[in-house]
Amino acid sequence: MATATVGAAPGIGAMSKGRLYGGVSMIVLGLYGLWAFGLGSRTSDGVKSEFSLNLTTATGLKAPDITVPAAATAIVLCLLAAAMGVIKLARPLSKRVNGTVTGLFFVFYVLAFLVWATAAQTLNVASILEATVLGAVPLVLGALAGVLGERSGVINVAIEGQFLLGACAASFCGSLTGSLVAGLIAGCLVGALWGLLLAVFAQRYLVEQVVLGVVLTMLATGLTGFFYERVMRVDPEKYNSALSFAKVQIPVLSKIPVIGPVLFDQNVLVYVTMILIAVVHVALFHTKWGLRTRAVGEHPTAADTVGINVIRTRYVNMAVGGLLAGLGGVWLTIGLNISFNKNMAAGQGFIALAALIFGRWSPVGALWAALLFGFAGGLSNAVQPLQTPVPTAFLTMLPYLATIFAVAGLVGHVKAPAADGQPYVKS
Amino acid sequence: MSETVKGSGATASEPVGKPADPERPGLGKRLVDQVVYGADWVVTLLAILLALFFGAILIILSDESVRGTFSYFFSSPGDAISASWDAVSTGYTALFKGSIWDPSHSWNVGSAIAPFSETLTEAVPLIFGGLAVGLAFRAGLFNIGGQGQLIMGAIVATWVGFTVTGPTFLAMILAVIGGIAGGAAWGAIVGLLKAKTGAHEVIVTIMLNYTALYFLAYLIGTDTFRDPDRQEPLSKSVSEASKLPKLLTWLTDGGSLRLNFALVIAAVAVAFVWWLLNRSTLGFELRAVGSNASAARTAGMSVAKSQIMAMLISGGLMGIVGASQVLGTANANNALTPDIDAGLGFAAITVALLGRASPIGTVFAAILFGALQAGGRSMQSEAGISIEIVTVIQALIVLFVAAPPLVRGIFRLKGSGSGDAALASKGWNG
Repeated sequence: MATATVGAAPGIGAMSKGRLYGGVSMIVLGLYGLWAFGLGSRTSDGVKSEFSLNLTTATGLKAPDITVPAAATAIVLCLLAAAMGVIKLARPLSKRVNGTVTGLFFVFYVLAFLVWATAAQTLNVASILEATVLGAVPLVLGALAGVLGERSGVINVAIEGQFLLGACAASFCGSLTGSLVAGLIAGCLVGALWGLLLAVFAQRYLVEQVVLGVVLTMLATGLTGFFYERVMRVDPEKYNSALSFAKVQIPVLSKIPVIGPVLFDQNVLVYVTMILIAVVHVALFHTKWGLRTRAVGEHPTAADTVGINVIRTRYVNMAVGGLLAGLGGVWLTIGLNISFNKNMAAGQGFIALAALIFGRWSPVGALWAALLFGFAGGLSNAVQPLQTPVPTAFLTMLPYLATIFAVAGLVGHVKAPAADGQPYVKS
Repeated sequence: MSETVKGSGATASEPVGKPADPERPGLGKRLVDQVVYGADWVVTLLAILLALFFGAILIILSDESVRGTFSYFFSSPGDAISASWDAVSTGYTALFKGSIWDPSHSWNVGSAIAPFSETLTEAVPLIFGGLAVGLAFRAGLFNIGGQGQLIMGAIVATWVGFTVTGPTFLAMILAVIGGIAGGAAWGAIVGLLKAKTGAHEVIVTIMLNYTALYFLAYLIGTDTFRDPDRQEPLSKSVSEASKLPKLLTWLTDGGSLRLNFALVIAAVAVAFVWWLLNRSTLGFELRAVGSNASAARTAGMSVAKSQIMAMLISGGLMGIVGASQVLGTANANNALTPDIDAGLGFAAITVALLGRASPIGTVFAAILFGALQAGGRSMQSEAGISIEIVTVIQALIVLFVAAPPLVRGIFRLKGSGSGDAALASKGWNG
């Protein structure tokens, strides 16, 4: 278990393996980028890369487009990236600085890649950012659901199932009643129901929770698929029409250049999600309820001894988490103006699970992880038309590989709440 | 040596929750006891019945004309009841005819065994998959990366398949071995990461599933793999020599029977896994590590080696699924497609759970689920009931089997004792 970066306090002067590998690979990657992005044929002949920073729909202040000489910029960025590796090698860094250095490396490297990919063309950065935000919404909601469950000691692998049920119920009820709010409520409720179901099977029948989550996801896939084929598809107008909440422009904020329209000219669900992240963070770390939840997740016996009702805490958390996961499903249909389709969550529930773990079981961490995953998706979609020699499939793969590195302890160490996944049986 | 480590499925024949009698009672008495106390097989049977019952409710609820009769239920309840009965019996009759035997389409052996041939054809990949997941379970690992391992196996098998063009039998064996290698390599990564860094196999396998999926999407587009004559994403077809030969086409009217040589490989795989788990040193170590890793470590076994080997073998078995998909039954072209996985990676989990992670149990579970799959297709075509109901029924069966107290409670059985030892909760840090 002695993992590289955490490395059990290496002697002074001795270099930990993780630092060595990390630093060297950063330098190697940086130099490779120098050769491939900076000195390659794509950026030769002094071509320029143009970045547009405004959405086409932006109404407020606009930032001017940025045009840079492709080769020179890519070279500088790659050298900066390699420099991060040198810094890492030069001296042991504190955890926080180390994280910043690693982060900066990725920022420089991705920018260098973008400059290279955009050579002699134009890329709309704002639309990538918008895709990032829209893609991150369900992931954050799913991950928050996971945070609530797992902090109280119940592993929730059924987020994918909750997404599907939420999406299906929202589209169905929304179309049937013509009321988006009805769809929203229905979607959230089925999510909560599924969370409770998982909690009951985990706590009362002591079923292994990861297995249980997978089976419940299958059940949800089957149920929604069956319902879609037999009912919704028969009369799409009546049962499954594409609906969406209207965009709400937030005054002043939406006029901020670049990020204004991306963040503050969206539909209400985006704002709800932003608020929920803050709420869950505050509730978990600054309220009595949050303290109890964490106690139950780390040491249920101790929590029980001081009079906390372990089982009830877990049921409540799974139900509330289920509401959020259901909301994530709601987003997939009536949040994005898409009608329901079989298996439309397409694994996003599992990616939310990855975001939860990548974000180390914290709401804010989950937000960053979800944004990262959303960005990777948005980036690969945006880069596709630029026709780079790098297949976009590999770009899409990156977040998954990053998660593997994260859990393998190569990018810091992640550890779940101590009692996560263990049913509490009073003795 | 198998006394020291208790296998998970070993208690099937003993009444649960009742002290063993010194005198062995008669067969009749034992049977009654097993039923009353809800032995494992009774719970399984009841779970299947419960799942079919819920399936029936779904069929009724989703049928528009039946719903119509319920609107005047109180004035004429007979209508609603007979309409419901019709809908359910039509559906389940089609399920039976499509999977076991269709009396109206049996004029000779070839046509009579057609439904069961379909059942076995659907069951064969599930046998490999169930063995793979079950083996990992026994070693204390949850392999939900079947999808990725299957895809990698299919990729290598396809590549060998269209590269090697003969001789007939050898090319097929080579392609299958390629499939095993591809799956095993992908599985071994998981075991290696688990053993060396403690990375939880569930997360790693989920991520590797997506990695494999995107890799497949990329690969089908490359010149090496893509079929230049086709518009849709499809690889080149494998060579005639590397296809899995069909077993029953020599029968009169047997031309359409799809059952192929994969069945023979499956039989070998079942025997191999049974031998591995119950008779080999490695299998003993796997089970020891699965029941109690620290005890096994204290006893001088290498936990790392067991975990790596378990995932390697598990991945290899999944790789055969990929190979049998491409070389056999997945599509008429015998080519790689983006959806070559066809949900088998996840279906394998349910098979292993139902089969309680034992090789023999897995065979029965696979045949049951294969029958549901084959019958589900005829239910869709003949009774208009979407095949998704099969997924629902399968998931419900597994859910009930995983929670014996629930089933015993519903049927008021006396026994106690819950889930499977192999599936004990461990959490992410375990």
